[in-house]
Amino acid sequence: MTQPQSASRPPSPPRVGLFVTCLVDAMRPSVGFAALKLLRDAGCRVEVPEAQTCCGQPAFNSGDTADTAVLARRFIEAFEPYDYVVAPSGSCVGMTRAHYVEALADDPAWAERARRLADRTYELMSFLVDVMHFTPAGVKLDATVTYHDSCSGLRELGVYAQPRALLDSVSGLSLMPLEGNDVCCGFGGTFCVKYPAISNAVVAEKADAIDRSGARLLLGGDLGCLMNMAGKLKRKGSRVRAFHAAEVLAGMGDGPAIGEER
Amino acid sequence: MQEAPMSFKARAERALADPTLKLAIDRTTGTAERKRAVAMTQFPQFEAARECGKRIKDHVIAHLDHYLLEFERNAIASGAKVHWARTAEEASQIVVSLCRQAGAKRVTRVKSMLGEEIGLPHALDEAGIERVETDLAEHIVQLGGDRPSHIVWPSMHRTREQVSEMFKRSHRAPHREETIEAMVDSARRELRDKFLSADVAISGANFLVADTGATCTVTNEGNAELTTTPPRVHIVTAGIEKLVPTTAHAFAMLRLLVRSATGADVTQYTTFHCGPKQPGDRDGPEEFHIVLVDNGRTRMLREGLKEMLRCIRCGACMNHCVVFRQLGGHVYGGTYPGPMGAVLTPVFDGLKSSRDLPHACTLNGKCQEVCPVDIPLPTLLRGWRDRSWREGLEPASMRVGMGLFTFVASRPRLYRLATAVAIRVMRLFSRGGTVRGMPGLGAWTAHREFPAPAERSFMAMYKDLEKGQ
Repeated sequence: MTQPQSASRPPSPPRVGLFVTCLVDAMRPSVGFAALKLLRDAGCRVEVPEAQTCCGQPAFNSGDTADTAVLARRFIEAFEPYDYVVAPSGSCVGMTRAHYVEALADDPAWAERARRLADRTYELMSFLVDVMHFTPAGVKLDATVTYHDSCSGLRELGVYAQPRALLDSVSGLSLMPLEGNDVCCGFGGTFCVKYPAISNAVVAEKADAIDRSGARLLLGGDLGCLMNMAGKLKRKGSRVRAFHAAEVLAGMGDGPAIGEER
Repeated sequence: MQEAPMSFKARAERALADPTLKLAIDRTTGTAERKRAVAMTQFPQFEAARECGKRIKDHVIAHLDHYLLEFERNAIASGAKVHWARTAEEASQIVVSLCRQAGAKRVTRVKSMLGEEIGLPHALDEAGIERVETDLAEHIVQLGGDRPSHIVWPSMHRTREQVSEMFKRSHRAPHREETIEAMVDSARRELRDKFLSADVAISGANFLVADTGATCTVTNEGNAELTTTPPRVHIVTAGIEKLVPTTAHAFAMLRLLVRSATGADVTQYTTFHCGPKQPGDRDGPEEFHIVLVDNGRTRMLREGLKEMLRCIRCGACMNHCVVFRQLGGHVYGGTYPGPMGAVLTPVFDGLKSSRDLPHACTLNGKCQEVCPVDIPLPTLLRGWRDRSWREGLEPASMRVGMGLFTFVASRPRLYRLATAVAIRVMRLFSRGGTVRGMPGLGAWTAHREFPAPAERSFMAMYKDLEKGQ
């Protein structure tokens, strides 16, 4: 399942189609702007295709393969013209890289297009490190942070070292270990509303572990998981604040955290 | 325990409200996880061994007919009697009638998940045959009158404090000191003479060795050896996927099984049974029967679940599952709990009554990561969801909702409009950065805060920026 994304020589400057993801689009646009800035700083020509909506993961994980195929075809059409497709989410990229081919299995021509696009589709932080060999410069944030490795990024894409390498270049930032950093937070997309009591029990343990880490900030690479953990931290009265790692890397770590009034 | 009328969700909520159960689960799965992690650091070739194990199983499953016949031939040559059972009922009836033919009043059983799968404890009880569970954990399950909650630690749902109470209530000469050793002695005093006076012994098998016709069983208590040696008749029940070509292959699988299950290098006891007592043997059963059970396995082969037949029942998937670790095994309602159980139970019990199991999973992939034979459990669970959708078992609200969402999401302009409306509505319910009391968000906000969205979507703001440039 784990498939480290291979580094290849980028065309210069590479033309990147940014998929902001439906959740970032509707809930937290700052993550999209952070991704845009980081990709531009890394020397990419970034475009945001207007035809983008949702990758179809909720339909796929609900067993609705027919509707997944509809959205997969839309996605492929929208992003095929680019050298690379990048999204600030391991979960959505995992969907497009690993599962579009499955969802389109009955349609060989489209499955082939999905396969070709998958090879050029990257999670933001792994793209910055593995493809662009990028290091953010001049970013400063005095904070102790801890990092949650979201499951799809970690296990479907092998994203683990890249966010840590990027965060290492932020001056003043110190990374505290998180017990169970690779244990699911209980979000699971529609799982958290289909089985709210189970999801709650899982995220309650996660929030306790985050509190025990001693960090003041929680970072991660997937907004869904972050909203789940930040929501639980806030409900339990924790003072730990949550950001998408891209926001911190783009110098937005002093803005309002997830669930804070702006 | 009468569980049938309760829904999965009701069972889950009952389990979540039981702190003693959670303590028991955490103790066992926590220890298992830690020990496995240590074992993995001392097993640098794990990935290679895993690949090898996977290939052995895939090869056998691809040539099941060949190896089954080879096994049967060699087992018969060793003096064993081989029986074939298509269903659980057939299998348990074969065992019961063998017990009756032997005139058995008392049978001793060695823990076997296949025995549970075919309903053997119940069938023996129904037939009026006294059944003695000799595995310590199964003994606890029998005393409690419930079912195993884990495939390696069947009484995982009991704390040692609860077990102590049970022993004091039911043993003839219970322990006086509250130590594990004293409790084990109490069980030993209770069980030892029953081992010796049983008419028939029934065990399962971890492996069936095709080229010798032997069955292989692993235990840590030595009860399998003690159980199967004194009685006149020994019956082995095993699923047909337990085959390996040779003894060497069984050892290759054992290396994976034991480390993944308990973190030990090897089990305390590993026994190969090959045929009945031969002239000149000092002990062993006079009759040796092997019941080979299909019970849905050939159907799994046809229905896209063949990778599941690799499973060697180590329990690592459940020990590392965030859902299992909250609920324990009984909530799953079938013979097998956890991720592997959520794949298997729909095979045995039908998808209609078990559709919650493949859905109550975050698809986080940890189970596959720790699986010693790399079973793509998340893919198989999603496969059940797919089938549930195709067979119309998903609720109408879900079907209509997903259809509507897809209609909107495949029309970008409409989608932008819908996003703007959704943001507006959420902001109407927002105070202090949090959405409160919004209809439809209750499942989320019952347990955690829902952050208020920004005033405008990324796409709307980006469009304005581009225009301004």
